[in-house]
Amino acid sequence: MNPATSTQKLSGWGRFRTGSCHVFRPEKRSEVAAALASGEQSTYIPRGLGRSYGDASLNENGGVIWPIRLNRFLSFDDSTGEIECESGVSLAEILEFFLPRGWFLPVSPGTKFVTVGGAIAADIHGKNHHRDGTFSNFVQSLELLTPAGELLRCTPANNSEIFWATAGGMGLTGVILSARLRLRQVDSTNVFVDYYKAVNLEDALDKMETSDARYDYSVAWIDALSTGKALGRCILMSGNHAPASELPSRARKLPPGTGNGAAVSTRPKWNLLADFPSGTLNQLTVKAFNAVYYAIHSTAPRQLVSFEKFFYPLDAIDNWNRMYGKDGFVQYQIALPQASGREGLRVVLDRLARSGCASFLAVLKRFGEAGPGLLSFPLHGYTLALDIPVRRGLIPFLHELDRMTLDHGGRVYLAKDAVLRPEDFAAMYPKLDSFRSIQRRLDPKRLFSSSLARRLKILD
Amino acid sequence: MPTVIILGANAGIGRALAAEFASHHYDLILSGRDREELVMVAADLSLRHKVSARPLTADIGKTEVLQSAMEECLNAAGEALEGFVLCAGYLGNPETAKKDLSEVRRILEINFTGSVLALEIAAKHFEQKRRGFICALSSVAGDRGRQSNYLYGSAKGGLTTYLQGLRNRLYRSGVHVITIKPGFVDTRMVFGKGKGPLTASPERAATDIFRAIKKHKDVVYVPWFWRIIMLVVRKIPESVFKRLRM
Ligand SMILES: Cc1cc2nc3c(=O)[nH]c(=O)nc-3n(C[C@H](O)[C@H](O)[C@H](O)COP(=O)(O)OP(=O)(O)OC[C@H]3O[C@@H](n4cnc5c(N)ncnc54)[C@H](O)[C@@H]3O)c2cc1C
Ligand SMILES: NC(=O)c1ccc[n+]([C@@H]2O[C@H](COP(=O)([O-])OP(=O)(O)OC[C@H]3O[C@@H](n4cnc5c(N)ncnc54)[C@H](OP(=O)(O)O)[C@@H]3O)[C@@H](O)[C@H]2O)c1
Repeated sequence: MNPATSTQKLSGWGRFRTGSCHVFRPEKRSEVAAALASGEQSTYIPRGLGRSYGDASLNENGGVIWPIRLNRFLSFDDSTGEIECESGVSLAEILEFFLPRGWFLPVSPGTKFVTVGGAIAADIHGKNHHRDGTFSNFVQSLELLTPAGELLRCTPANNSEIFWATAGGMGLTGVILSARLRLRQVDSTNVFVDYYKAVNLEDALDKMETSDARYDYSVAWIDALSTGKALGRCILMSGNHAPASELPSRARKLPPGTGNGAAVSTRPKWNLLADFPSGTLNQLTVKAFNAVYYAIHSTAPRQLVSFEKFFYPLDAIDNWNRMYGKDGFVQYQIALPQASGREGLRVVLDRLARSGCASFLAVLKRFGEAGPGLLSFPLHGYTLALDIPVRRGLIPFLHELDRMTLDHGGRVYLAKDAVLRPEDFAAMYPKLDSFRSIQRRLDPKRLFSSSLARRLKILD
Repeated sequence: MPTVIILGANAGIGRALAAEFASHHYDLILSGRDREELVMVAADLSLRHKVSARPLTADIGKTEVLQSAMEECLNAAGEALEGFVLCAGYLGNPETAKKDLSEVRRILEINFTGSVLALEIAAKHFEQKRRGFICALSSVAGDRGRQSNYLYGSAKGGLTTYLQGLRNRLYRSGVHVITIKPGFVDTRMVFGKGKGPLTASPERAATDIFRAIKKHKDVVYVPWFWRIIMLVVRKIPESVFKRLRM
């Protein structure tokens, strides 16, 4: 049976890139292949929860396969934490049902409202990248329905080329139907966090370099509007899962294996029902916010923080992206290599601060070794992520930052990108040619494409 | 643990209702046509909620084998059986039906004849047990015939009337019969049909249905506001109604 379809105007999470797409929502697994074989659209791209910021899961005037109802858990091994599930399962669902049994995500992005399919396709990273690498490191196998309609089981050992083209491949190698993942055992839902108030970029990076190895998780919130001597001042947050034995008695413990842990609610507490007026987040308000945020935090060791607050602070508010008004915003995230990273960060932050671009909640972190994903983003070094409201002149400004990034051997994250140009993209991703040749083999009829792929000429 | 049989549990409201029962610690017999899918839904619900979920195939369009399929479900549930919910349904394509009588027949057979046969078999079983509930998903479309879906609507209208009679018959045996009339629920039946803000999620519909069963309701609109909408729709005089494009 063909899946139900609907023509919709879709956007990425930044609500800046939009497109009218023909959405197929399969209710059954067999309907994915039926949609691809239907001949109804000339190209298709999968979509998960639409948390990529730009146009990765858009296909303007083309087909979008939305396997959000293919969200079934297929197996779980209590002794190893191995879980097999369909690609439409969200990380929130994994937490809801498996955290009470003592199992946590091996890698968490800044929101739990992403699907397993989206997590693999963007090969996402978390605050533990310096230690554990990306999400795909914990994917033991995946089932891929290729554009040609073949069902392939790929593991890092079998069909490994296809596996590493798919991990980070932004949906262009086919539809991931299911995956087998390894979860991480924990015995509480809390994290012990050490806060460190860094006076500037150097201070923060020195601290990270010397202390990151002691923490599972490490991230810095950076005041991107500070200048001069304070350039890059930030609050460094480093944490480890709190062992149950060290928790105060009132804190919640998880009895591993018994599955008697209290329920974990994953629903947002608030919902932003309407757009803020455009321009609400301007240089003035953001500067004030940043100053207050920096001022109220101080260096403090061993604070007990809930996992929700530590990993997903923004998830408490549904549709928080409306805060940026109807024009939307761009998330600009770059990775810079270790060797030239410090210099690169300084140049970019300095340019940003001088531009007066109001970036609120800029995030800085160290990356560990890069993985084998052909289009994966992380590079051994540093990453900086900035949320910037859309305004006139933004695109040329970001192109300027692209150039600086490139000059320092860095790259832009495709899951966030909305403005990159094809020539800069190609220069940033040296394994692009290998990706293209594998993609072409899987998709001889050129059935897969996305707005992102066309904008960046990924498949040309 | 109490057990409930859900016929039409592969997708849509049926799957969401199965999850709702599972979250209240019911064991499940999941039935429908597509076995491969049922196996996945069963695995999913037993992993999420730690209940037992058994997939069994049944096709209400195949009346010759419906009896044996239904009996297999009823027997599999055994003594713990608390209720039977019929969620299977077929919206059909009204345009195809204009050209092709076999589509007309299919719409009527799935939504009325096959549904009634399944319910009759369940009724006999529960009547002997002298307890339990039977719940069936009819539709607001059965409240008044209109050009866009009157074949489906008339079959659902017939089903609603059948359920009234069944409720009356089983009352003395202590078996409770619940008629559910959903409005728009975001399943394959509605996706892409531009129904907008009136559309409820299958999970919301499932919560409402579960509550209606627990509260021993007789006829329930899902969500509740459809009772008011349909009250108004039914009040429009036929001389006016026939001119409307609905
Ligand atoms: C608040 C917030 C914080 C974030 N923090 C982080 C972070 O810390 N680290 C990080 O790495 N990312 C982060 N992200 C980005 C997010 O993790 C990725 O964009 C992720 O891919 C989104 O998943 P999704 O299910 O929403 O997929 P979508 O955004 O819908 O799609 C993303 C890509 O995955 C592909 N895709 C989706 N499903 C499938 C499938 N079944 N088969 C094949 N391809 C598929 C799409 O084609 C598209 O290319 C954050 C996003 C937000 C909104
Ligand atoms: N969605 C709405 O807005 C809406 C509104 C009013 C009333 N309803 C009614 O609510 C019920 C559920 O609707 P839904 O929206 O959830 O529909 P759906 O998504 O199409 O699901 C229908 C279910 O019935 C099963 N089914 C279909 N034909 C069958 C057959 N011959 N034998 C056995 N099972 C069969 C399907 O599984 P298989 O295909 O695998 O067998 C599927 O599990 C239906 O009776 C429908 O008429 C729905």
